[in-house]
Amino acid sequence: MNTAKPVPCWPQTLDPETEVLRPGNTNCPGCGMSLALRWLERALGDRPLTLCIPAGCGVVTAGTFPTTAYGVPTVATTFASAAAVAAGIRIVQNLNQDGGETICWAGDGATYDIGIATISAAAERDEDIIYICYDNEVYGNTGGQRSSATPLTAVTTTTPLGKSKRKKDIMAILAAHRIPYAATLSLAHPDDLLHKLEFAGNTRGFRFLLVHSPCPSGWKSDPAESIELDRLAVATGLFPLYEVFDGVRYRINARPDGTPPEEYFRRQGRFATTRHNWKLIAEATKKEFEYLEQLEAAFPAD
Amino acid sequence: MPRILCNGNYAAGYTLALSGEANRHARGCAAGGYPITPQTEILEFLRGFRFTKGRIQAVESEHSAMGLCIGASLAGARTFTASSSNGLAYMAENVFSAGYSRLPIVMVAVNRTLGPPWNIWVDQGDTLALRDAAWLHFYCESHQDVADTILLAFRVAEDPRVLLPAMVAYDGFLISHTAMAVELPEQEQVDRFLPHCSVPHRLDHAHPRTVGAMISPEDTFAHRHELEQAMSAVPGVLREALAEFEEVFGRRPDDGLTSYETADAESVLLVSNSMASTVRDVVREQRAKGRKVGMVKMKLFRPFPRNELRKVIGSATRVGVLDRNVSPGSGGIFWQEVRASLSDSALVVQNYLVGLGGGDVTPAMIGDIIRDLEGRSQAGEPAWIGVAL
Repeated sequence: MNTAKPVPCWPQTLDPETEVLRPGNTNCPGCGMSLALRWLERALGDRPLTLCIPAGCGVVTAGTFPTTAYGVPTVATTFASAAAVAAGIRIVQNLNQDGGETICWAGDGATYDIGIATISAAAERDEDIIYICYDNEVYGNTGGQRSSATPLTAVTTTTPLGKSKRKKDIMAILAAHRIPYAATLSLAHPDDLLHKLEFAGNTRGFRFLLVHSPCPSGWKSDPAESIELDRLAVATGLFPLYEVFDGVRYRINARPDGTPPEEYFRRQGRFATTRHNWKLIAEATKKEFEYLEQLEAAFPAD
Repeated sequence: MPRILCNGNYAAGYTLALSGEANRHARGCAAGGYPITPQTEILEFLRGFRFTKGRIQAVESEHSAMGLCIGASLAGARTFTASSSNGLAYMAENVFSAGYSRLPIVMVAVNRTLGPPWNIWVDQGDTLALRDAAWLHFYCESHQDVADTILLAFRVAEDPRVLLPAMVAYDGFLISHTAMAVELPEQEQVDRFLPHCSVPHRLDHAHPRTVGAMISPEDTFAHRHELEQAMSAVPGVLREALAEFEEVFGRRPDDGLTSYETADAESVLLVSNSMASTVRDVVREQRAKGRKVGMVKMKLFRPFPRNELRKVIGSATRVGVLDRNVSPGSGGIFWQEVRASLSDSALVVQNYLVGLGGGDVTPAMIGDIIRDLEGRSQAGEPAWIGVAL
């Protein structure tokens, strides 16, 4: 785990006009995406940021014209276009030596599904942007339909009997583009999360960050337990924390501590009716993590 | 001004490049592009051009090409791209986004039949499917018209009274892949004609704005009204641009609507694109035989020149609208709009569907159409000229 520096208390000196996410927004209690925006402010708020946000909760966060909850220049793009629009912005910013970072802020629907071609192309061209996916494993903004990020057995409105397919390995797809940096982030590991945001900000080219983002309304969970759920996802091995450098060198940042996955499942309504499959998932999760460890052993970052 | 022999795509690519280059002392130029027949040469030309401050990105789809243009325009660059047919259809969502976001992107649209079934030849159905996207639409007759209209399009689109994107359309193959002598502009002239591109709502860290988030029905209604007002400013801004064009280049390109032999005409044919050249020749021949026939060329389709249309038709009692496009179930699209604009008159407004999917439109067909129109005391259903049944 990256414990290079301790995390200070939340600074109380932020200017509400210019912080990335302003107070007064209408996001749900316990929304992981909202917390991640605050961390983005903490890590990279010292430089000019531009946000590109495709259709999804991230754009609803802004609120209704003429008000906005975003304190930095922000573009709402069509669903599949965030990476293309961000590329256009960044190209012109670089032509003019503007500095700063242009960031795609997209949900899993925009990332794993409808925008995958756009993202793949932007990654292949090594566009100079940070792509951050707040992954809540469901189409939250349309009321909770399956995405290809939805985990095996999870109930959504379009998988009423539980999803029969596993979660897409988006990290492997991005790593296959040999981009400079790809990492998974957990809100329950703020030191690690902060380090990864900062590392991404100190790297050039296409950078991909995947934030596990609890969604109480989609997960049918208690908003007060969002951080705990993110902690359990890492502790059980369901959401491994790792980095991939140049698409080929791996570093695992946190290892499962033996907590059985059912600890994670039983706190969420979306897994309530699929209890009979929990054991299967536990075995599959173990194998997935072993696979990751073998990658790290064969192609270590350090 | 060099006079060279080149095809339509070269004229377009060259003029786009010089227009982009003219913004080198401001925020530069940028574009996303994707190949599709018959537009591809434009992208190739742009990729090979050495911009002082500009970058043309070859992306993975037309959808992303327009997405990249949207970002580049919001970041303050002069922005342009080119496409055709299914490329335009695939990009459609972002075409609307660019229009609604008031971004003065110029897109060369080389008209080509939509498919499948696949057909690479000319048909205006591709651009006309995007007629409601809050873009200016120009339809060009000749190679010279293409080069001139691209310059005018930047000038009008970027005017603060307009701030809307513009499409410059011309016939696939008939113009894109044939060669004519063209007076191409010099960089120095383009520098004089095009002011630096400035988008007032460009992304600015001193004034952080959110562009394109949620908007209420009331504000949306007002926004659409603003689009309409911006459109209504176009004819005046275009006239100013034409006058300035004449000063800089020593020639005056065609206005949005132009008339030929309409002064005493009883029957008038209304046409667009390269068909106008054929029709003009036929009208000249018929005039020599004493027939009172004339022609109106519609270059500016959006905003639709409702008020000017009545004037250029003059005293004619019959108007034949030639459409190389069709909205199945509703006839030719130019005809629908012309008829709607002239609905308060006793004019006979007859539709002739010609050359759909790239078929030839011959002088003999135009002659037949004139004879048919002259014999009409009232309009009928759209007439399919030369269709094999």
